[in-house]
Amino acid sequence: MGTLNVLVGVCLIYVVFLFLIAFAAERAALEGKGGWLRSPMIYTLSLSIYCTAWTFYGAVGYAARSGLEYLTIYIGPSLVMIGWWWLLRKLVRIGRSQRITSIADLISSRYGKSNLLAVGVTVLAVIGTTPYIALQLQSVTVSFDVFSSAYGSELTEAAQGSNALLVAAGLTLFTIVFGTRNLDVNERHHGVVMAVAVEAIVKLFALLAVGIFVVWGLGGGVSETLARIDASEIGQWQMRGDRWATLIFLSGAAFLCLPRMFQVMVVENENEDHLRTASWAFPAYLMIMSLFVVPIAVVGLDLMPAGSNPDFFVLTVPLATGNDALAMLSFIGGFSSATSMVIVAALALSTMVSNHIVMPIWLSTQSVGASVSGDVRHVVLLSRRISIGAVVFLGYLYFRLSGGGSALASMGLISFAGVAQFLPVLIGGIFWRGATRTGAFAGLTVGFVIWAYTLLLPSFGAGTLVSETMLAEGPMGVGWLRPQAFFGITGMDPLVHAVFWSILLNTMSFFIASLVGFPSPLERLQGAQFVNVFEHSSTPQSWGGSLAQTEDLMVMAQRIIGAREAQNLFEREAKRQGMSGLLPEPSPDFLQRLERELAGSVGAATAHAMIGQIVGGASVSVEDLMAVADETAQMMEYSSRLEAKSEEQARTARQLRQANEKLTLISEQKDSFLSQVSHELRTPMTSIRAFSEILRDSDRLSEEEKIKYSSIIHDEALRLTRLLDDLLDLSVLESGRVNLNLQSGSLKGILDHAVSSALTGAGTSKVQVVRDSQQEEVMLYTDLDRLSQVFINLIGNAQKYCDASVPKLRIEVGHSTGALVVDFIDNGSGIPKVEQAVIFEKFSRTGEQRVKGAGLGLAICREIMTRLGGTVEYLPGQGGAAFRVTLPEEAALAAQ
Amino acid sequence: MGKNVLVIEDEPNIIEAISFILSRDGWSVATHSNGHDAVGVVQASMPDLVILDVMLPGKTGYDILRELRSEDATQGLPVLMLTAKGQVKDREMAERAGASRFMTKPFSNAEVLDAVRELVAG
Amino acid sequence: MSAKHNIPFLERQSYRRRRLIDTIRMLPVIGAVLWAVPLLWRQSEDSGTVLTSDAIIYIFLVWLLLVVGGGWLAQSLKRSNAEERERGR
Repeated sequence: MGTLNVLVGVCLIYVVFLFLIAFAAERAALEGKGGWLRSPMIYTLSLSIYCTAWTFYGAVGYAARSGLEYLTIYIGPSLVMIGWWWLLRKLVRIGRSQRITSIADLISSRYGKSNLLAVGVTVLAVIGTTPYIALQLQSVTVSFDVFSSAYGSELTEAAQGSNALLVAAGLTLFTIVFGTRNLDVNERHHGVVMAVAVEAIVKLFALLAVGIFVVWGLGGGVSETLARIDASEIGQWQMRGDRWATLIFLSGAAFLCLPRMFQVMVVENENEDHLRTASWAFPAYLMIMSLFVVPIAVVGLDLMPAGSNPDFFVLTVPLATGNDALAMLSFIGGFSSATSMVIVAALALSTMVSNHIVMPIWLSTQSVGASVSGDVRHVVLLSRRISIGAVVFLGYLYFRLSGGGSALASMGLISFAGVAQFLPVLIGGIFWRGATRTGAFAGLTVGFVIWAYTLLLPSFGAGTLVSETMLAEGPMGVGWLRPQAFFGITGMDPLVHAVFWSILLNTMSFFIASLVGFPSPLERLQGAQFVNVFEHSSTPQSWGGSLAQTEDLMVMAQRIIGAREAQNLFEREAKRQGMSGLLPEPSPDFLQRLERELAGSVGAATAHAMIGQIVGGASVSVEDLMAVADETAQMMEYSSRLEAKSEEQARTARQLRQANEKLTLISEQKDSFLSQVSHELRTPMTSIRAFSEILRDSDRLSEEEKIKYSSIIHDEALRLTRLLDDLLDLSVLESGRVNLNLQSGSLKGILDHAVSSALTGAGTSKVQVVRDSQQEEVMLYTDLDRLSQVFINLIGNAQKYCDASVPKLRIEVGHSTGALVVDFIDNGSGIPKVEQAVIFEKFSRTGEQRVKGAGLGLAICREIMTRLGGTVEYLPGQGGAAFRVTLPEEAALAAQ
Repeated sequence: MGKNVLVIEDEPNIIEAISFILSRDGWSVATHSNGHDAVGVVQASMPDLVILDVMLPGKTGYDILRELRSEDATQGLPVLMLTAKGQVKDREMAERAGASRFMTKPFSNAEVLDAVRELVAG
Repeated sequence: MSAKHNIPFLERQSYRRRRLIDTIRMLPVIGAVLWAVPLLWRQSEDSGTVLTSDAIIYIFLVWLLLVVGGGWLAQSLKRSNAEERERGR
């Protein structure tokens, strides 16, 4: 009895120790010193809640009954962990980026935030977990019982019950204290995780200690133990292949889908990199955990009297060999396994129950106004606490009602098969965008109905919930619906049968219903975010508590006002708050400012609703927001169309303005041209009119005067004619309607003709023309008359404007690159630089040497040369005025 | 009478015509044919009337007129402007610059004579 | 100039990384296949059946292989990630 007291004492000390550990961890995390809390090893150890009392005690029993089959339960999760890159990585990323709180939350979020789906998953999870919790309570109670009976004090059933109640109450208290201390957005519980990690070490250490004791203390070393194994009743490899494969699959699936596993693996994950370490460290943990199971089983079978419960060999073997300390360690190990499972399971389930069942009900009973008030947090915490109590109590109730019988032992795998029904929906949800809510409902419903029908109900034994006749002949005699022989396929192992059909039909229903249905926009959005999570979230760094909200605000702000704008805004604010980095604290005035900023883009009401949605306290549903966003998008599209239209109009207006400017310019040019023409016509006409009036009115004119004035009239009339000719010529040339009269001729001939024409009637003041007839021996093929016109004009200009006392004009012929050039250089003072640019314009005349001429000559020359494919330019720096006529080589070559 | 008229015009034939018409009527006519120093010539000779062409080499008739109007001595000097550009805006330009009379080429000799007489008398 | 020299080096690095991830992907498949081998063992009552001790040794050797392999790959990936970050900087 003394030892029993010590046991109770040690137990209490251990519990107090766990409380202290959890408390210290919470405190360290709160003070921000908990770096060691976030190590990958802690994460790995926390995963060990997979190994419950069922593992600690049950695995040995399992091995004693079925040989190596128990290994499948650990091989499945090992494969899942080793294959972390495929699935867990994505699951964790989604969990973190979508702020997932539980597996129910994940499934409901993925399928359009359907609360009905969440409620369904929650209920199923509770159904699947409650027996499991009961199993843990039973294991603690029974192990205590084993201990006490070993010391000759049988416990009454009432005492057992009160023991279980005590344990349940303690676990509830612990979970409430450390599971609902605060309402963290990220749902992380450092205290709980730390305690679980410590318990993981304790149970591993305890099992190793027993194993080592058995192998080296009792078995006599490794080889002897192996020989003993082969000699035992499980010494031959006896394995049904279907069970081996099915169980590996099942345990892997359960590892992913168990609510408590999801809690530690995804929700409590601090850093995605931890998964990388856990991917090999956790399989190693499982390997070590299962290493000594068979030796303990074999030695137990040898050592213990026939008919003793192999489930407690871990405890009874040390006790039977008088190793009390080891037995106590073993008890603590089993206790750790049981309690850590219950704590995390209660935590995970309470989150689901509270978030998806209690809170919606509570909110619906409140008036609309109250739901926005500040005490929602308080309500949530209360609801969590009540849920924890309810979940643990449910487990206790199950334990009491089932009488702690052997029915519990098989609950492990049945429970696994139940939660494995989440697998198709889970995998489909994160890898297939086409998966829909309808599909999820269909799959889950079909899966669970078949699971209950083929596995759960028959498990209570024929004749209890399922009648013998129904098992044997099917419901109402429909043979192919026999619970353990669907479609008349008999001889299958009941578990394999149930898992096979439930998962197969579950998957098929899920798939087909998804194909047929049409998802809502929200569902499609969520689907895209889940499936493409690696494209959507590029920052796998861990969140700070409230900064996570800021990050969400940033994401939203970026979508609305553009990435750069939003980043600038946030950075400015962070700087203003004196923080480094991009993310400021979501202080009230920052939120207000952000809201204002967003209101500029989407309107005040929407901005308010959107920010409210992220920082909480809003009564707007996401559906509403989606609708609003849709409308906003439509409006934006409409206004951008308008904008495009007005832009087009602006473009047209611009073009019109340009055209108008051009027209104005042309009109101005025309005006100025007409004005010039008018001036040029009026000037000679003035002289003509004045002198003709003089001739008419004056009778006292001398004969000499009469002749002089008549000749002035004559000259001015000629000038008029010339002007009109020039104008017509220019107009024809400019319009491009000129017909070139191409013919061959020698350059010399053209120049001869031009010189004589230009100097006709010049009298004695003829300019002296200097030529080199040698150079001029070039044959041309061009419009000779037009070319001659150019030459005449140039020679005429020299004649008119050369101001040298003995005017001379040199005509030089030469070849430039690919062209024939003819230069006309006089020995006058030339043309000033400023005027060189305008001499080819119409009506431009140089300097003050006003000689009769309209100033159209050079303009005409330029037009002609353009038509002939050449140019005429002023040649500066030649002493006098110099013009260069350039003819294309073709004109010269063609004639040779 | 023997009043002095200064003709500023660059077209030799027109100078000759105007000189002939006015000298026959008894005016003494001086001529000048470029814009550069026209103002100086006017100030130096102080004629009773200036006949001023618009399109002059070196400086336009408008500029010359504006300069004359800005000087006290020549502020009230009668100026008859001649232009070969017959548009409305040219007339306006002339009036703004301060022309006493504006005539478009080609003019009739009688018209010029009447204008000259009127301007010098008034 | 130096950037040009670096390009093949970078590509080689990211190529190695991709192949490393391929290996990580393959590891569970290898594990599944190796652990499926017991399905082929003879189940009859006669003397040719596999002894439990041998089965234990085989299964745990596979386990050890996966743990060591997984550990090594995880370490390599961590190094590769660190290098990636360094280059990204």
